[in-house]
Order: sequence, then structure tokens, then C-alpha cells
Amino acid sequence: METLKAQKKEEKKKTSMRITGAEAIIHCLLEEGVNLIYGYPGGAIMPVYDELYKFQDKLTHILTRHEQGATHAAQGFARVTGKVGVAMATSGPGATNLVTGLADAQIDSTPMVCITGQVPRHLLGSDAFQETDIVGISTPVTKWNYQITKASEIPEIMAKAFYIARSGRPGPVLIDITKNAQFDELDFAYEKCTGVRSYKPVPQPDMKAIEKAAELINKAKKPYIVFGQGVILGEAEVQLKALVEKAGIPAAWTILGLSALDTEHPMNVGMVGMHGNYGPNVLTNECDVLLAIGMRFDDRVTGSLDTYAKQAKIIHFEIDPAEVNKNVNADVAVMGNAKQTLELLLPLVNENEHKEWRAEFDKKYKIEFDTVIEKDIHPTKEGLTMGEVIEQINLASDQKAVIVTDVGQHQMITCRYAKFRQSKSNITSGGLGTMGFALPAAIGAKMGAMDREVVAVIGDGGYQMTIQELGVIFQHNVPVKIVVLNNEHLGMVRQWQELFFESRYASTVMTNPDFVKIAEGYHIKSRRVEKREDLTEAVQEMMSSKDPYFLEVRVEKEDNVFPMIPSGASVADIRLK
Amino acid sequence: MEKQWYTISVYSENNVGLLNRISGIFLKRHINIESLNVSKSEIENVSKFTIVINTTEDWTRKIVNQIEKQIEVIKAFYHTDDETIYQESALFKIASHLLFDERQIQNIIKESKSQIVTVNREFFVLAKTGRRHEIDEMHEALEPYGIMQFVRSGRIAVTKAAMPISEILAEFQD
Repeated sequence: METLKAQKKEEKKKTSMRITGAEAIIHCLLEEGVNLIYGYPGGAIMPVYDELYKFQDKLTHILTRHEQGATHAAQGFARVTGKVGVAMATSGPGATNLVTGLADAQIDSTPMVCITGQVPRHLLGSDAFQETDIVGISTPVTKWNYQITKASEIPEIMAKAFYIARSGRPGPVLIDITKNAQFDELDFAYEKCTGVRSYKPVPQPDMKAIEKAAELINKAKKPYIVFGQGVILGEAEVQLKALVEKAGIPAAWTILGLSALDTEHPMNVGMVGMHGNYGPNVLTNECDVLLAIGMRFDDRVTGSLDTYAKQAKIIHFEIDPAEVNKNVNADVAVMGNAKQTLELLLPLVNENEHKEWRAEFDKKYKIEFDTVIEKDIHPTKEGLTMGEVIEQINLASDQKAVIVTDVGQHQMITCRYAKFRQSKSNITSGGLGTMGFALPAAIGAKMGAMDREVVAVIGDGGYQMTIQELGVIFQHNVPVKIVVLNNEHLGMVRQWQELFFESRYASTVMTNPDFVKIAEGYHIKSRRVEKREDLTEAVQEMMSSKDPYFLEVRVEKEDNVFPMIPSGASVADIRLK
Repeated sequence: MEKQWYTISVYSENNVGLLNRISGIFLKRHINIESLNVSKSEIENVSKFTIVINTTEDWTRKIVNQIEKQIEVIKAFYHTDDETIYQESALFKIASHLLFDERQIQNIIKESKSQIVTVNREFFVLAKTGRRHEIDEMHEALEPYGIMQFVRSGRIAVTKAAMPISEILAEFQD
């Protein structure tokens, strides 16, 4: 055994090459199939940037205008491709600027590897220039992190980083590399990581649990599916559709699950949660079996847990054991990758239609349509609504675009009304609710799917949080379509102030610059729409543009998003107005 | 649900950042770590954290799940006091002249079944191993005479039931 190991080591040496740590990092990225990264240089990462210069024909580096932009671009890329997104930054402020993106990727399970430079090993702990304990800082917001202080560690740690980021429930990994490790030489040989002894990414499915689940489904009179991003991450879209169709189960989605099932599929009944559809929320408390597939019962989905689906048997399909019985207790927990478990479940479920039960959703939809939806998408009042803009995007894009949203009213409206035919098409900051996410994420999404239209829908507040990334769009001519729905307010906070703080609009009124002029300053084609009669044509012009395009739509200043489950209320008590 | 004492045992890789990662899980939920001990375990190159908390079983279970989710954690368990054999250790540093001036001190040493670790002209050191309340009682008895220094260790515990770490490790390696 020992001699075998020694032999292997010897062989490895023969095929290895003597290079610097900085060059090794580039080779690791190339070995992992990375050919696009986002980042920002600085002192402690300069040796790696010097190598990026030499390898620019193989590895494209996009200079974002802020490190946060690099993380969101990497996230956008990851969400649209399913691959690991990569962001790079220097030590100190460069590294701390990654934290928001890491936290966003952690809570939304996005595979990302962030590489940061660090002061040389001998200066660690000395409060050196641009030294910050990024491993300590990023620990709660990373799936894994590690500080490399020796060049020889690079290949193994980088391989492990990519393996951990992409496997199981994906997440962000941060690798901090001291400058000496970048300069020093090592014998480089790369081996992809295929396992870590203390880490089991996917639990083994238990056939007994699956049989129990099938039994409950087959007995159910009012079964109901709520699916989340686990379907997309687990690439279980086909299996979900097959289950929905075979067992005749109405299916609703969380905002991260949106696009996993064709929006117009007859069994797709809409969105759950705080601003979700009326039927999917109210009927959560009327179903008899609730199948939660790849979702984690976030508080924005469940409202008050004390009154959430108490009448139903809960079947939880989940990859992460820590999510089971965390918020909602499961009667049956089906552990594993959704594709694998649904495939095992499918032959065991009976064909069914549940027509009467399905019709309940139609009845509720009719109520919601008459009180909310019609006014949102076909308004008769003077002011433009966000809903009608999204409707125009649906029409002009033939429901084929990737839509990237920021956070707030426009996000809820977009998730409610955007239509999708293809998975991995709705990209938004769900769990963390990061304003400023959309513009850089749209850049990453477009570069990850150059053959698709990418439309960023952003509010005037969030837009100004990462507006500097227009520089990337201009410099690299990234043909994203940017729609700013300008209501001159931080709309969602204003809505809460109106409803719960007696209209005391503390710091939610915005005096905005001329957004069209700003876009023009970056040489981006731009247009402003203030009247309904110009909207259709403007959206069409935007969608047919081959170049980046900026469209500002002046919408009603004080519109509210409904329906709404006030925070802490029951899903059954969703308000229509 | 009722709060009670739980001993959490975490078997992990020996990694510098892991303590920070694990303590953050408690911090985030405002759960105070009553005692913490890190040592090697029965398996080579596997570390063992012994953490004592006072909370509900529901919270304990959720915390253990979060701990187990960390990449370098092999397995985590939780047990009630009834399910474990546990001990703490304490050291008492006391002025040497008291040994001769206060006859009662000798009785305390005998009754507490503590050991004299060292004696010199200025002070002597008593070591006591036992349950928390036994150490507290000894502390109470000695306090009137003056304790120069006192320190108590975290709890160490073994469980009555088996913790099949070797099997779990073998499973990981499959």
C-alpha cells in the first residue's frame, strides 16, 4: 500500500511542472473549466493578475467597478448556467466588499468561488496595510472557506473549493491566498476533487420514505405541490412536470423556484408567499397533502408558522438534512437530490386529475384577477403600473427572456407577472433581499447565456446601489436590457410605511438624477417612457436592439403591491387590498 | 418545550477555523455555551468537541443539524445528562499556612476526595474531579478560608450508548 502511494507520488512529480502559486491558480481555474471571472485588482492579488495578463486568451477577466458587482455578476452567471461563478478581489476592503455577495449566494444556494489576496504570511496578524481577517469575517456566510499560506497547498485546496461549491446544496466558498504563496513555486499537478471524507453532499434516498410519500399522495383528495430552487439546482424540471401531470397535482412556486415549470402549464397555479397569488396561499391551509419540493419554508413563504398548513400531511423533498423539521415539521422527509427522488417516486404514484380541487385554484384566481391582476396589467388609471411594463416584456420577448430583478416592489410584481418557458430564467435575490443585485447579476447572466435575451428589471433605489456597473456594460458592450421602474420612492418600504406606520414616509422619497443622461454618459442607448401610449413601442425597440439598452419607465409613485400577507399573519389571511 | 442540559459531541477534522464556525452557530441563535472542551477523540486525527448548553431539545436538534452541515464535521450527537457519564475538573490554589492553622481544611480535603498536586512554602494546589455540584460544594467549603486562585474545566463526557464514528467514517470513504 505504502509503496503504491509512493509510486503514485513519484508519477505525479513526473507529470508536474514547476510554476509559481499565482500561475497555479490560473491553471486550477482552467482545469475547472472556468474561462470567465469577475474581479478587481489590488496589492495583495497582483501576482495573480499578472498571470491573468499572460493567460488572457484562455481566461477572460471582467473588471467590475466595485467588488460587490463582481460577486453578483458571478452569481448571475452561476444561476443562468448552473456552473460555478468566480469572483476575485484583493485583501482588506476588496475582500470585505465581497461579503454581501457571499451572504446572498449562501442563503440562495448559489455555487460561487471567491478568491482573495492576503498580506504575506509573515505579516499576518500584524495589522499590515490592507490586512483583514476575511476568513473570520466570511465564516458565517460561506459554505466553506480556507486560507492558503503555502504555494504547495494551491491545487488541492482549489479543487476542494470547486467541489464543495457545486456539490450537494451548492454555496459560496472563499479562498484567501497570502501573497507569499502566490510568489513561491510549487510542483503543480491537478487532480479534481471527488470527495471530502467528512462531507456527504447528497443523502442516500430512503425507499421506505418514498413509498410512504407515494401512499399519502395516492390517498390524497387535495394534494398540493410547492416547489423551490431545489428543482432547478437538482435539474429535476422534467421529473417535476411528469409528477404534476401524472398525479394531477396543482403546483405553486417560491420565487426561487419560478421558471422550473412553464408558467403557463395548466397545473402551474402561481406563486406562494407574502406577495404571492391568492389561491396558492389560501389553499395551503386547505390541502390535505403538501409536497414541498426543494424549498425551505422561508418565513416570507409561510407567514405565521402556527397557522401554516396545520391540516395537511407534509412531505418534504430535501437535499439538506438541516432544513428538515427546521421551520415546518415533515410527516415524511424524502432526503436526496430532487431529480433522483422524484424519479423513484414517479412509478409509485397513481394517475389522477383532481379536477374539483384544481378548480378551487381557478375560483380563487378569478377573485384575484378581478380585484388585483386586471388593474395591474391592464390599468385604466392615468399612471403607468409596474405590472403593465412586465406584461409588455412578456409580449415582446415571447416569454423567452432571462429576467433579472433587484429587490422590492418591482421584484414582487415581476415574479407575479413574468412568464417563462425555460428553467433558470428568473434570477433574483430571494433570501437575502440584496438591493443592487440586479444590474451586475444581469451582466453575469448575459455573459453566461449570450444566445438569450437578458432583461434586468430594477427599481430606482436598487439601481443606484450598483449603478457604476454600467461601466462594464459599456466597456464590454454587454447587450443587456435594463428597465428601471422609477417611482421616485423606495417603494416597498414606502408601502409598509403607508400600511403599518401611518404613512410616515421616513427617508423613502428619492430625488433622482436624470437616469437617461447617466446611461448616455456611458454611451448606452436609452429612452424614457412617461405615457402609456409609448410603452409598447419602447419595449419593442428595447427588445429588438442588438446593443445594450436602457429604458426608464416613470410609474405611479404610490402604488402598492397586493395581495399581501402582513408579516406574522397566516397565509389564509392574505389581503387583496 | 422545557429547557434542560444537553451535551453536544462533535467529531471533526482538526481544522483551525472550525471552532469559529461552530461557535458562530450558537452566537447566531443567542445560545450561551456553558462549557466547551476540545480534545482528540478515540480515532486518530479526529477531534472531539464537547459542548454543554441549556436549552430546549428542539433548539438542540436544530443546532446539531447546523453543526453537522459544516464541511469538516464528521458527525454530531446530543445527549441529556442521564445518557452520559460526565466530569469536570477544578484546581484550587490555597495559602500553605492554612493547612496548619485551619484544621478544617484537612477534613475538606479528605471528604472531597481531592488530591494535593503540589505544595510549597507559599501555597498548595488541590485538584478535584467530579460533577459540577461536587466542585461547587468544595468551593463553598474552602471559600471562607480564602482561595488564592480557582479554575474549573469544561465538561468532558462519554455516552452510555455507542457513537459509531469509525463506521460513519468508513461510510464517507465509500
